[in-house]
Amino acid sequence: MPDVTLHLIENANLNPLNQEADVATIATTGNKGKGIRSDCQVTLEIRKSGGIDIQLVSKVKVMYGDSILSLCNEIFKFYNITDASLLLEDSGALEPVIAARLEAAIRQLTGSTKEYLTELLPQNNYQTARDRDRFSRLYLPGNSPALMINAGIHKPNGIILDLEDAVAVSKKEEARFLVRNALRTIDFYGAERMVRINQVPAGIADLDYIIPHNVNLILVPKCESADQIRQVNSRIKEIKEAKGISGNIWLMPIIESAMGVLKALEIASSENVVALAIGLEDYTADLGTRRTNEGTESFFARSMVVNACKAAGIQAIDSVFSDIADMEALKQNVLRSKALGFDGMGCIHPRQIRVIHDNFAPDEAEIDKAKKIVNAFIDATDKGLGVVSLGTKMIDPPVVKRAQHTINLAISMGKLDAEWRVEFVEAESKK
Amino acid sequence: MSKYDKITTNAVGRVVPQIINGKEAVPFLGVGKFRPTGRKYAPLISTCADFPDDGNKTVPSLREALIRCGLKDGMTISTHHHFRNGDLVGNQIFDAAAELGIKNLTWAPSASFECHSPLIKYLEDGTIHHIEGSMNGALGKFTSEGGMQGMGVLRSHGGRYQAIQDGDLHVDIAVIAAPTADAFGNATGDRGSAACGLLGFALADSQYADKVIVVTDNLVPFPCVPWQIHGNYVDFVVVLDRVGIPEKIISGTTEITKSPDRLLLAELTAQFCDETGIVRDGFSFQAGAGGTALSIGIYFAEMLRKRGMKARFARGGSNKYLVKMLEEGLVDYILDGQTFDLEGVRSMRENSGHLNTSPFTSYNYHGKGNFASMVDVVILGATEVDINFNANVVTHSDGYLLHGIGGWMNCLFSKCVILPIPLFRDRMPVIRDQVTTICGPGELIDVIVTERGIAINPLRTDLIDKLKGSSLPIKSIHQLKEEAERICGKPSLPVLSDEFIAAIKWVDGTVIDAVRKVII
Repeated sequence: MPDVTLHLIENANLNPLNQEADVATIATTGNKGKGIRSDCQVTLEIRKSGGIDIQLVSKVKVMYGDSILSLCNEIFKFYNITDASLLLEDSGALEPVIAARLEAAIRQLTGSTKEYLTELLPQNNYQTARDRDRFSRLYLPGNSPALMINAGIHKPNGIILDLEDAVAVSKKEEARFLVRNALRTIDFYGAERMVRINQVPAGIADLDYIIPHNVNLILVPKCESADQIRQVNSRIKEIKEAKGISGNIWLMPIIESAMGVLKALEIASSENVVALAIGLEDYTADLGTRRTNEGTESFFARSMVVNACKAAGIQAIDSVFSDIADMEALKQNVLRSKALGFDGMGCIHPRQIRVIHDNFAPDEAEIDKAKKIVNAFIDATDKGLGVVSLGTKMIDPPVVKRAQHTINLAISMGKLDAEWRVEFVEAESKK
Repeated sequence: MSKYDKITTNAVGRVVPQIINGKEAVPFLGVGKFRPTGRKYAPLISTCADFPDDGNKTVPSLREALIRCGLKDGMTISTHHHFRNGDLVGNQIFDAAAELGIKNLTWAPSASFECHSPLIKYLEDGTIHHIEGSMNGALGKFTSEGGMQGMGVLRSHGGRYQAIQDGDLHVDIAVIAAPTADAFGNATGDRGSAACGLLGFALADSQYADKVIVVTDNLVPFPCVPWQIHGNYVDFVVVLDRVGIPEKIISGTTEITKSPDRLLLAELTAQFCDETGIVRDGFSFQAGAGGTALSIGIYFAEMLRKRGMKARFARGGSNKYLVKMLEEGLVDYILDGQTFDLEGVRSMRENSGHLNTSPFTSYNYHGKGNFASMVDVVILGATEVDINFNANVVTHSDGYLLHGIGGWMNCLFSKCVILPIPLFRDRMPVIRDQVTTICGPGELIDVIVTERGIAINPLRTDLIDKLKGSSLPIKSIHQLKEEAERICGKPSLPVLSDEFIAAIKWVDGTVIDAVRKVII
């Protein structure tokens, strides 16, 4: 078992440059250039003398030049840096982004482990329920701030800040600061706040940057054993204890290999796991086959994951659908996924959210059936009957529970009026 | 001659000059307050005795045509923007004028594009004194930094017609680039390799300019039909190898947006129009060429199709989406003011319900009514809006003049004016305490739709009432402004020079605002 009892502080800097801090004096973080918005590039040189010299190139210089300079000066002061030359090439980055970029550069050069934390929005401090709806979860590359700012307005059930595949290897370190600041300072308007860490064991180190900042759920990629989940849980527990954090942090392991599929049940049954997701790109590569829209090649894997989840009493989440232009194919994919027993699906573009919600939502026939069952249950309860029956059929409690869930969903998704029963009872009495 | 003189404060509290490039100008008095007097401007009387009986008005070159029009120092030359960024004619006029050593010209384009940036050298060497029209992109930057000798004058499309008709803007020589023409000067935009649809922006110039030159690369035997421009107004015809670059004539903004944020704006706007009862059988709308506006048209089409209804007319900016609606029977007529793509051009040739309009019929404020005020809903953009709903389309928050007005001002007279705009662009909040430049008074702007909420002008109590109990995120404009500033920080105001560089003319010719030089 890999050593996961690293100290927070020692583990905080993974950058190889840091081991030669006396050699490297210039660090570059962030992004610039064509197509880059809401980001900035920091080129920082720490010097032995000469004071602080900041060169700001920004399209919002007229509006925010002074405030950007004072933010940079404050950060230099925070890290006790008195002599440095900073080139800040800004494409309209918000303060938490500038701060993350500058902190990443400073820590690369100095090896400091001090955290310059931006404002924690009070509205970001919420918990999520174990069994909340997880129809859609929107992936956002962890080093691309432009996509983060408005992600919440599209109302996905969850937002994933991705530290894994969507971040280039050379950008892994700086992305952690950006994701941390995003968790603190960007309002996701009620979406479940998720982070995909890197594959265990390397991903364990990501947790230090994430756990203390109101993350609701951690995605554990390429998961192949319950032991990996134990490592994650144990690290989370240590951080929570060290930082005095209470509240649940859920886990969603991603099954992306043949081994993972075969170990699905032990993974699904692990502590704090609320859902398994399946990642079909890696899985089909592992099988040595190609991913198709029909999904025949992944039928076994999907069914295994769904069955493992249902056996463990958790949610099953399907893989993303990668053609963002084809909404009809997405719809068919969602319907197949729902029919297999999945409870949700990942998305890689906000346009997919609506299609995913609409098609995971209960359809008319399901709602009608659920109405009858729930109504029969309420009638039976009112009459003091222990047994619920519909026509000549007896209805078991799990069926009633599922019907109630369908009704609640339909109401929350605007497909059914909250007062549906008034009309229903009236219509039934006329029959 | 000084650029401007006699500074005063107008009815919207803006400081503006009353003399611009040596001419008197009336400060903005309020919407509908300025009453014009007198008769329209009249061009010189011509006699056909001076023109060839065989109708052949061709001359060998643009340079010769300009000479024969009597080109001299201080004249005003007009051009039009139906070739948009693919115009090959505008620059050639001033190349010829510069070769002839002509100075102090006024250039009066209906709009300028990036392709006209080479004219900066003629603004620098004094060939061109100033621009009356629009100053976009590089020309705007040059103007903002104080490079132009005279004061720029910006007008709306309707305001340009008004200014020419009223004699505020006298055109000495109009150069009309035409995709197809005959030797008599009849011209059309709906065919030819540089086909652009219609030539409506050139109508006023053909009627009122002293001299008119038609330039084409597709000369057909008389008669050129349809004659969008009548040869009876035309002095000379010039044939060039190419007048425009077809792929650049097609506007870059005629695809529906793929941006999820803009699609959300479009969806919220469409839902707003639905819930307020604007979308109904027989309604009318105008949506511009921007990706968001186009998407709103698509949502409208979906609603109409689903309910078996149709719109009576749509004002364009025509494009393939509008043409699809027309051909599907979802709208009876397209009243086209500017054709944005080749489907629009084709439809104009083929569909009897696709009609040619001009700034005269659509926008002219000094006429006996215009179409713009009859439209049920118009979807527009803005660079900034303030807490009193005043809006800006010409300058950015850093003070730079970078855009023209287009038909924007004229469209404000629609029954419902909606601006779907992101609450901030990168870090630039769109809702300000005060706009940098007022192009539209708040009393005419009804609704601001942002991705984080919709603000309705308190003057529109009818709309507010209709949305009681709606699930739409209705907020006050102050709430929206605070939300943007919470995310972006409170922006500082630009420090601008006291010197004016351009005037913004309201639809009636009065001066609604003046743009100041930036300090670099």
